[in-house]
Amino acid sequence: MNYSRYKGFGITLFIVLLLTPIYWLLNMSFKTNREILGGLTFWPKNFTLDNYAVIFTDPSWYSGYINSMIYVSMNMTITLLVALPAAYAFSRYKFVGDKHLFFWLLSNRMAPPAVFLLPFFQLYSSVGLFDTHIAVALAHCLFSVPLAVWILEGFMSGVPREYDEMAYIDGYSFPKFFVKIFLPMIRSGIGVAAFFAFMFSWVELLLARTLTSVDAQPIGAIMTRTVGASGVDWGVLSAAGALTIIPGVLVVWFVRNHIAKGFALGRV
Amino acid sequence: MKKIPNNRAWWLVLPVFLLVAFSALIPLMTVVNYSVQDIFGPDTAYYVGTEWFIEVLADERLRDSLLRQFLFSGAVLAIEIPLGIAVALTMPKSGIKASLCLILLAIPLLIPWNVVGTIWQIFGRGDIGLFGWGLNALGFDYNYTGNTVDAWLTVLLMDVWHWTPLVALLCYSGLRAIPEAFYQAAEIDRASNWAVFRYIQLPRLKSVLVIAVLLRFMDSFMIYTEPFVLTGGGPGSSTTFLSQTLTTMAIGQFDIGRAAAFSLIYFLIVLLVSWVFFTAITHLDKEK
Repeated sequence: MNYSRYKGFGITLFIVLLLTPIYWLLNMSFKTNREILGGLTFWPKNFTLDNYAVIFTDPSWYSGYINSMIYVSMNMTITLLVALPAAYAFSRYKFVGDKHLFFWLLSNRMAPPAVFLLPFFQLYSSVGLFDTHIAVALAHCLFSVPLAVWILEGFMSGVPREYDEMAYIDGYSFPKFFVKIFLPMIRSGIGVAAFFAFMFSWVELLLARTLTSVDAQPIGAIMTRTVGASGVDWGVLSAAGALTIIPGVLVVWFVRNHIAKGFALGRV
Repeated sequence: MKKIPNNRAWWLVLPVFLLVAFSALIPLMTVVNYSVQDIFGPDTAYYVGTEWFIEVLADERLRDSLLRQFLFSGAVLAIEIPLGIAVALTMPKSGIKASLCLILLAIPLLIPWNVVGTIWQIFGRGDIGLFGWGLNALGFDYNYTGNTVDAWLTVLLMDVWHWTPLVALLCYSGLRAIPEAFYQAAEIDRASNWAVFRYIQLPRLKSVLVIAVLLRFMDSFMIYTEPFVLTGGGPGSSTTFLSQTLTTMAIGQFDIGRAAAFSLIYFLIVLLVSWVFFTAITHLDKEK
């Protein structure tokens, strides 16, 4: 019994250490700048929501969240639309070059975004997509589509092919079967794939920042504005950071059992 | 499941193929094109062959940042993998506590990367951050913006904080896949905790660990946003890693030919190391 108590202590300690920096961010976000710079306090003495008020009332602040949300949802939609049929093909059929295609998709995950930075910038500028949400969404598809194909393929392979054949005998056309019967059966897989498309697009900044300037600027790029002539506005910076953590925390409960699979590109 | 040979399935993967080709093949070909030319303006470009590659390989700044990158990735792997295994071993096996652990562990993974940098930027400051203040109060002369060693340790600690949970989650899912009968047999044999770990858990974790090492190598090798926000690459260029060197070269100085040649070398290194790991994974899959 001693051993398991020791283990419980270990995991608690690790999680406490893990959450301390996040607590510190939250702590700062509820303080006034005077209190922040006036000396170290372990919790807000003059609890204030002013920092959050700044963000929610200033369009140049909250438009960053809206922009991020727009390209993230576009990315999710595109990813699912193209990944679903492809994953079905990979899970059901053998075709010329299927293994090579699979590895090629994976290899895109290995490409450092910095390598693609300049060509992306020029490609999207030349087709007139620079500083639009769709440009960022398409660029992020490079990472989210392979991931979604891998996750969905795993879930689809769990559905026996007899279902496909039975639906065919019952007179269902392929599109009708796919939408009415097949998709509901793998809905948890779709949820997981959507979550990870959301996540990878949400945390990425390098490409999102390079492909936008004003109209589609993500929140991450706007956060650098807090460095002004009078120094850094730590309170607002913390509040903006704290707000970006919320979406992930809200939905992670639903994918908690699949989270390892998603991060490992469906290999676990 | 037995798969049916059917080449018409290509129609189903065509959208993915076109999409990824648009955002991967075209840019890659552009990079290749740039890397063999010297470009002065839109209409004046000269074919220079492999000159850029030779120059890049001889460039001291690049070699330094490559060395720093390998040191960093090596340190990241050496800390995060054992720590991740240890955390996974101490996690509760089932029930609400296990779910809670999974979610709390996942939080750092879901934070935007620039915010990770911001969190540590604040946390590590001597005047307003708990970590920096605490170290100073304990008598350490800690200052991550001025001191090279401190900057390194902070970037490293930030990465450990950010990504150890991933290794832990992967190992945890690997551990859950071990049948209970294995442990019962070990108990009958009166195996020690160490023996259970060494001869049951560790061999079973092999395939998960290969993935963990692969992912951590790739991602730490491409790290950009977090150290950029935290230290901006400084002090000096002591925490400037490959991606940042490349970005400065391509976007900041518009040194396109050199940046392109460097990009290709960079990509090839990642691809080569990843290929080694990938062959290892497929090899393990076959053994099963």
